[in-house]
Amino acid sequence: MEQEHGTHHIVPVRIYLMVFGALMVLAALTVGASFINLGVFNNLIALAIAVTKAGLIMAFFMHLKYSSRLTWIVAGVGFFWLIIFFVITLGDYMARGSIPGMLGPQSVYNPWLN
Amino acid sequence: MAHKTAVVAPYFHDIDQQREVNALGMWAFLATEVMFFGGLFMAYVVYRFSYPEGFIEGSHELNLLLGSINTVILLVSSFTMAMAVHSAQTDAKRKLVMFLILTILLGTVFLGIKGVEYYEKFAHHLVPGPNFEFHGANGNHVQLFISLYFATTGLHAIHMIIGVGVLTYFLIKAIMGRYNSLNYDPVEMVGLYWHFVDIAWVFIFPLYYLIERYLTLG
Amino acid sequence: MTVSSPPVKLGKPSENYLNWAYGIKSWLLTTDHKRIGILYLISITAFFALGGVAAGLVRLDLLTPQGDLLTNDNYNKAFTLHGVIMVFFFLIPSIPATMGNFFIPIMIGAKDLAFPRLNLASWYVYMIGGLFTLSVVVLGGVDTGWTFYTPYSSTYANTAVILAAVGIFTAGFSSIFTAINFLVTIHKMRAPGLTWFRLPLFVWAHYATSIIILLGTPVLAITLLLVGVERLFRIGIFDPALGGDPILFQHLFWFYSHPAVYIMVLPSMGIISELITAFSRRRIFGYKAIALSSLAIALLGFLVWGHHMFVSGQSVYAGLVFSILTYFVAIPSAIKVFNWTATLYKGTIIYKTPMLYAMGFIGLFTIGGLTGLFLGAAAVDVHVTDTYFVVAHFHYVMVGATIMAYLGGLHFWWPKMTGRMYNESWGISSAILIFIGFNLTFLPQFVMGYMGMPRRYHVYPEEFQIYHVASTAGSTIMAVGYLLPLIYLTMSLFVGKKAEDNPWGAAGLEWTTSSPPPHDNFAETPIVTEEAYAYPETKTAEVPSGA
Repeated sequence: MEQEHGTHHIVPVRIYLMVFGALMVLAALTVGASFINLGVFNNLIALAIAVTKAGLIMAFFMHLKYSSRLTWIVAGVGFFWLIIFFVITLGDYMARGSIPGMLGPQSVYNPWLN
Repeated sequence: MAHKTAVVAPYFHDIDQQREVNALGMWAFLATEVMFFGGLFMAYVVYRFSYPEGFIEGSHELNLLLGSINTVILLVSSFTMAMAVHSAQTDAKRKLVMFLILTILLGTVFLGIKGVEYYEKFAHHLVPGPNFEFHGANGNHVQLFISLYFATTGLHAIHMIIGVGVLTYFLIKAIMGRYNSLNYDPVEMVGLYWHFVDIAWVFIFPLYYLIERYLTLG
Repeated sequence: MTVSSPPVKLGKPSENYLNWAYGIKSWLLTTDHKRIGILYLISITAFFALGGVAAGLVRLDLLTPQGDLLTNDNYNKAFTLHGVIMVFFFLIPSIPATMGNFFIPIMIGAKDLAFPRLNLASWYVYMIGGLFTLSVVVLGGVDTGWTFYTPYSSTYANTAVILAAVGIFTAGFSSIFTAINFLVTIHKMRAPGLTWFRLPLFVWAHYATSIIILLGTPVLAITLLLVGVERLFRIGIFDPALGGDPILFQHLFWFYSHPAVYIMVLPSMGIISELITAFSRRRIFGYKAIALSSLAIALLGFLVWGHHMFVSGQSVYAGLVFSILTYFVAIPSAIKVFNWTATLYKGTIIYKTPMLYAMGFIGLFTIGGLTGLFLGAAAVDVHVTDTYFVVAHFHYVMVGATIMAYLGGLHFWWPKMTGRMYNESWGISSAILIFIGFNLTFLPQFVMGYMGMPRRYHVYPEEFQIYHVASTAGSTIMAVGYLLPLIYLTMSLFVGKKAEDNPWGAAGLEWTTSSPPPHDNFAETPIVTEEAYAYPETKTAEVPSGA
């Protein structure tokens, strides 16, 4: 039987304060970054910052860092499954109309087709 | 200091098993919540890919100041929630009550600001449906954006309301002295829920409020 | 020879979960997983009957090509009601909520599930969802088909779509609560010595099922919510006039609804593993393969939803990818069928009712699964999609396989749950009747679907009538076959022979405790030292004297 250290572990307050500080900095960063034209990197940076913030909250506020691997898996599986959903579905939309002559009736047009 | 004993249900071996079970159950529930919001994000991904201009214009219609303030409020509330759990774990009843009250207050303010934002949309005829008005070529796509905005932030707000309600219930229990370093599971569990709601906002905020804001400069 | 003895109480009746407490409150406020399983059994049977009545209406109307019995609208409402009730209120909860609830704690040597009150809540939530859906029947019905495709459901239908959506949304939460309970229980509450690879395959099956429920059901929930919001507030995100995509609805809907079919079939496969081993007196062949294939089905099942959408307007490349992935998901199912068959080899086959259902399952699931492969080939699907070929395919797996396993499990564990033996001859006769009726109902549907008979139509060309008549005749036989267990199983409660602890001589923790089990399941926590299905490897195993 594995020991769930996370449930006993008491995280020191200064760790909470540091994480909180980091979160505020990241929030300011993400707002600031959207005011700079970085082309395709805007999206990447916004997502990266969001993922980092979420990661910090999960690791420290939600005690994931001090929890068992099973908890990590359960915590992460939803995001992983969503990514599968996004990738495959977006694949459909990105490939719509890509075979010439097979456009068919659709109300959503593929922006990659001129 | 009051004598405290662990409250363990009869079908568990000990408090450790109970605590592991509770935590795992709450995380499993949060996984379902991720998928629940995920469906809305799926719709967002599809339409943002298909209608980039409409989404940019829609994003610029949202109130960045209020959205940013709300972001800060939720981050602070996550901190106070974590401190509430900490206080329960260290038998600091007064601090527990204080941090719970703070979290509830912050959540309520968030909802109030959300209400102001919704009212603004209403006043500018930006509520999707028959009364929607947008002057520009991409009106339809902006309406799609705003529809998703209302659906997603609305669902988020419902989760906040439920969270505030449950926190209030636990606040009462905390005042009655029910939680201590042996019995703090419920506080930790609602804390997990609250942090999840914060994480949802962490993704909602940049995706809806921050699409290519540099285009609004000058 | 069976002599049914009247129930005799000798002195103090032995304490079991049934007589542990009396009164309606002790049932409606119970947190005992066994009682909750019985509550579910009763409700699910009621919904099955209602769904069956809807099916009866459909089949009656289809006797003639002109659709004389029902109007067009009422026909649409009839098949929608049949689908909604059978899928969401019968098949999805059936095995997990009844036998899963009852036996998972016992099979792992626990006193109850991890969250007993959540378990009771799941039943109440199920009943509330059921009430919403029943109210749909009297408030105008719903005619969108159980698939609720947009934009008809979101914009044009003027039936009780929102009410139906609320009912299904609610039932979804019941499902999620059960899944959370099972996952946590199986992880954290196994008895000492019960490692993962000693678990009965019934438990593995429910573990995999719970993963699917956890990750898929919320997507259905949000999809139904969006349809409801679009109807109520007219904020369209599936509205083509705004640039919305009705196919997005289909992506969202089928992302859950395809894994949903594995929610329906995986628990039934778990039962078959139990039945095959018990009634051939052999250890399962390929235990790990079957256990891991359940997980494989859970994962792969999430990757194939687009095979319901080949002709919807999704991109052809997506269709290609989904088609290939669909062939992959067939592999773990095939692995199971091979392993079960190998288990039978050189076993001592005991032809009792549960075994008949198990054997029926293997044959009918094979047919259903193979025809699924036909449908998975995009080129073939273009011709047979939305025809009776599809209808026959899914009824073969949903009814021919899942319900057979459900009945097999019900008969297998009936002595354990109720302490009574049912009448074996009635059991065998009903199983055979159901098998005949089922095949007569659905085999012709493959043929007429291939020949072009569309689904959801009640006015059809004359050339198909002979198939419809055969199908309806079969459904009548099937209906009688389903009624019989209702009668003789209920009767057994009053006049059935009292069951021993282990009437089948089967292996498994549930057979080491009394029939019915005590309130706490075991007198003392069992310690597990052997693998599952630890039948002796002798060729001449003893046949038990039960029944």
